[in-house]
Amino acid sequence: MSDIAERVKKIVIEHLGVDAEKVTDNASFIDDLGADSLDTVELVMAFEEEFGVEIPDDAAETILTVGDATRFLEKNAG
Amino acid sequence: MFDLTGKKALVTGATGGIGGDIARALHKQGATVVLSGTRAEALDALAGELGERTHILTCNLSDAAAVDALAGQAETALGGLDILVHNAGITRDNLFMRMKDEEWDAVLQVNLTAGFRLYRSALRGMMKRRTGRLIGITSVVGVTGNPGQGNYAASKAGMIGMSKALAQEVASRGITVNCVAPGFIESPMTHALNDKQKETIIEKVPAGRLGTGGDVASAVVYLASDEASYVTGQTLHVNGGMAMI
Repeated sequence: MSDIAERVKKIVIEHLGVDAEKVTDNASFIDDLGADSLDTVELVMAFEEEFGVEIPDDAAETILTVGDATRFLEKNAG
Repeated sequence: MFDLTGKKALVTGATGGIGGDIARALHKQGATVVLSGTRAEALDALAGELGERTHILTCNLSDAAAVDALAGQAETALGGLDILVHNAGITRDNLFMRMKDEEWDAVLQVNLTAGFRLYRSALRGMMKRRTGRLIGITSVVGVTGNPGQGNYAASKAGMIGMSKALAQEVASRGITVNCVAPGFIESPMTHALNDKQKETIIEKVPAGRLGTGGDVASAVVYLASDEASYVTGQTLHVNGGMAMI
């Protein structure tokens, strides 16, 4: 697992208070991890802070799963 | 009760009569206060009167970029932001049929849109800290209406609706969003009225007197306090009983 994937997973676990084994690449924040729409906004804020990037709203709307977040950040962070 | 020691507050329109009293009351309860307004001299005078635990940020609330930056600047100055009081407000009274677009736009811009922008930018930090108090100073006319104030009444009713929607969004994050709605309050404007005019107004107020800025400020202190953590989406009317709603 890449460094970015690890950091994404850590943020998701901390923020949503879910078990690590549930946070798979395909896990949907809302359907699988119990996030509400405000949680997803907060997750995007947390990613922005952790990786020092700005995630525009239209991009944020496409980040639905843990893997979506990792792929976006691998492409746009650092 | 209502101890605000260590709390960090931003008050817009702090140079006005009510805004000044709100800043004084929050400060008296122990909060560190950022005074915001357009008139630097008046802000300086108030900061001088209050002494320590005050900061000044001038801001023109008609300037969208300046409004977007204000909450962040306050957060930087204070090292956080627990309480935001959007008190600034203007009037451009006119009969509805004569009301100009500019009169409508100016009032909505400062009274409502600036509140939206301020709340939006303040929320980021409050969400993270899992605590916050957003307090809008609305008006009894936002609920009752008032001839000649279509724009003002719309802006104040807008604050109430906006606060209720936002209150539902962020309640689970420890953030409350409320309004305080003053009735007739003593101000430079009411000082200009003659005795007969004042009497006519007071006749409509069961309490038999005009309100003071302090009356409004006390309601703000309550809503800002930890004691009010279970009160959200509400409008607290401070009007001597002139409208019971």
